[in-house]
Amino acid sequence: MRTLLIILLAAAALLARPAVALDAGLVEKLGLGDSDEKVAAINALAATGDPQAAELLAALAEGDVQTAGKRVLVVKGDQATDAATGEAVAPLPKDREDVVANNRLRGAIASALAALKLVAPDRETRLAAVKALAGGADPSILPLVKKALAQETDPIIKPLLEWVAATLELSGGDRDARIAAIRTLGLSGSPSSKTLLLALLEKRTDGGFAEPDEDVRIEAQKSLRAVEDRLAWGERAGLAFAGVSLGSILLLAALGLAITYGLMGVINMAHGELIMIGAYTTYVVQNLFRAHAPGAFDWYLLCAVPAAFAVSAAVGMVLERTVIRFLYGRPLETLLATWGISLVLIQAVRTIFGAQNVQVENPVWMSGGIQMLSNVVLPWSRIVIIGFAAAVLAGIWCLLTRTRLGLFVRGVTQNRAMASCVGVPTARVDTWAFGVGSGLAGLAGCALSQIGNVGPDLGQAYIVDSFLVVVLGGVGQLAGTVYAALGLGFANKLLESWSGAVLAKIAVLVFIIVFIQKRPQGLFAMKGRAVEA
Amino acid sequence: MAIGAFAAVAFVVFPVLALVVPESSPFHVSAYWVTLIGKIMCYAIVALAMDLIWGYAGILSLGHGLFFALGGYAFGMYLMRQIGADGQYRMNMPDFMVFLDWKEFPWHWALSDSFVAQMLLVVLVPGLLAFVFGYFAFRSRVKGVYFSIITQALTYAAMLLFFRNNTGFGGNNGFTDFKRILGIPITTDETRIALFCITGAVLIGTLFLLRWVVTSKFGRVLAAIRDAEQRVMFCGYNTVHYKLAVWTLSAVLCGIAGALYVPQVGIINPSEMSPANSIEIAIWVAVGGRGTLTGAILGAGLVNGAKSVFTQAFPEYWLYVLGLLFVLVTLFLPQGVMGLFARLRGARA
Repeated sequence: MRTLLIILLAAAALLARPAVALDAGLVEKLGLGDSDEKVAAINALAATGDPQAAELLAALAEGDVQTAGKRVLVVKGDQATDAATGEAVAPLPKDREDVVANNRLRGAIASALAALKLVAPDRETRLAAVKALAGGADPSILPLVKKALAQETDPIIKPLLEWVAATLELSGGDRDARIAAIRTLGLSGSPSSKTLLLALLEKRTDGGFAEPDEDVRIEAQKSLRAVEDRLAWGERAGLAFAGVSLGSILLLAALGLAITYGLMGVINMAHGELIMIGAYTTYVVQNLFRAHAPGAFDWYLLCAVPAAFAVSAAVGMVLERTVIRFLYGRPLETLLATWGISLVLIQAVRTIFGAQNVQVENPVWMSGGIQMLSNVVLPWSRIVIIGFAAAVLAGIWCLLTRTRLGLFVRGVTQNRAMASCVGVPTARVDTWAFGVGSGLAGLAGCALSQIGNVGPDLGQAYIVDSFLVVVLGGVGQLAGTVYAALGLGFANKLLESWSGAVLAKIAVLVFIIVFIQKRPQGLFAMKGRAVEA
Repeated sequence: MAIGAFAAVAFVVFPVLALVVPESSPFHVSAYWVTLIGKIMCYAIVALAMDLIWGYAGILSLGHGLFFALGGYAFGMYLMRQIGADGQYRMNMPDFMVFLDWKEFPWHWALSDSFVAQMLLVVLVPGLLAFVFGYFAFRSRVKGVYFSIITQALTYAAMLLFFRNNTGFGGNNGFTDFKRILGIPITTDETRIALFCITGAVLIGTLFLLRWVVTSKFGRVLAAIRDAEQRVMFCGYNTVHYKLAVWTLSAVLCGIAGALYVPQVGIINPSEMSPANSIEIAIWVAVGGRGTLTGAILGAGLVNGAKSVFTQAFPEYWLYVLGLLFVLVTLFLPQGVMGLFARLRGARA
């Protein structure tokens, strides 16, 4: 009631105010009133929409407002002005006291200042302001919101503003206004609309409804259903996106394995560590850029991607030359030896970089995201990684089908002896192919560094998953790897939304174990009569 | 001979040195050593079980840690019940259940109060899981690396499951803080030595059992399956039965080893099921020498002895040593230490 009165007063003041001065009564309350009065005064001042009020509120937030007797002063250094009239006050009165802004006042000031910014000429400022108000605002600023709404034309800001207005009407307005507000809320798809509408439908402890008016309740029920429908769509879209995103990550991690294991038959348990090396290479490149070329920091990834590929590929080729080459045809021994290599690599990284996770920063263009629906945000980093995975897949497909090395690799895979007979240098092809597979792991590491922690154990988390992708997809098939990665990504996220992350993971593992029983060759078996090893 | 000497050490010398010889004497064996060697003997049983399927039947399991842990958990449940009301919360229920505000025991704890029942579960749970898993895997002829990776996925899935608090096995922390076994306090020197002797006896028993298995006709067929499975099948043997039998036996032995391990070490948690632990078992066998039973015991002793030395003296170098061990043994010592002995003996003769 009191707020309403003040609003009326303020509105009166708005119409009849002199050119410069603020309402003296309000200013006095702001300086000398108790907490409630101060909040009311802040909101009333905000409702005037006066730039001078904005200055006063900002000064209050800064702690520059003092009182001297009945006068309220804005003191900056040794300059003082009268808060209401804006006249300079000199000399400074002796008995001044600070107006202390506690947390509650600060909250009120912030929302009031945001409300004042609603009419700012700059679009970004208005957008920020309306977003701040969407988090919660005092009903007394409603006139200001309405005023802003009348002159707002921006297609993104306007619905937000309407939404804020509706939430304010809901708690303050008369019956028709409230029903209109509820309808407006029904048009939105934000979780906070749902909360607000649910609050209207709540039952009190004594059995009656919190909202006495039945029409309002019916309208709220209708709007609630509409909002929930929209939210459900948002959730589905978010789920699909999460599935694709996880699938693309699995694909990146497994593509290298599809080459080394799928095509060459080498069980490389150190594949996860090659991923880790790619991530650490990204970290080193990032630090080099920060130290030597801070201006180009946003583009360090362009350099990190080839670097990660090169470093991991080099490590992989060295491994092939020194260890794996001697174990061809003995897959179980290869498994153990490469596991040993993975332990050494993990410990080596711990020795060099420390056991703690290191910080890899996203470039600015990868932070933030696209707001699809009110409850779905697609982060840029994920979108970039999906695109990156697609590009890598296209690249590796071209390499295998369009280049001489790819031809050799396929030839050696199909029939090593015959390939050797027609002059393919099989040993060198092995090394190169292993290098490519390892380099792909490096690329995966570079991508993973953008969305997760980079630590010595990074690879361990992916090794089981990526082997399962390759095994599920079928050996020797890129297409199988793609389907298996995306399928596993979707299945994981879908189950996660029903049963939680851990159970989803277990369910997927059990599914794969059962699946392998049925189709030991994976989804896409190689056609032909392969000789059993 | 060697077994006799080992038995003498395990059953006479060690207990005397630990219990009778006064603590001030340089010959006194402290509780630390009793526990350490008891622990290694448990590992040796696991290594024997691993050698049976890998060395003799050519099946590399990367999930044997799971069976070990299941045996450990089954016996750990009994030990948890033996704590009675002496836990932190003074309730007649394991602490973690009180903490989760559970009012009654979940269904799988129904028999946990009975020693005999839990001892049966120690054998049955790993055995049954191995049987069912092995039946499906061997029947559809999953073999070689595929089998290894699936066993790894299996233990990984189980680890995730046991990490959950709701599974009812104490989540992250697993079981610890045991107080009694069969009503006897668990941390006294006498109990330790008793457990030590039982472990030694089981180890020797396992060795005899497996020696009998691998030298019998059954063992010959196993070795034939390892070397040329298709030929064995064409000879009219159903290899699935052989593999399934030996696989289940191996899992059961692991479960028993786990049950012996838990009261001595005093803790069991899901990290025992981590894929890394299971793959380490393979290296014990590889170091000692595949296809030789004493080699498996030797390997478990050597690697774990080195592990306890290194993790205390130079903790940051242990992973280098272990990693290089994997690489060097597979590259240069395919027959392990036993093979090296044989080669040296051959060179001298």
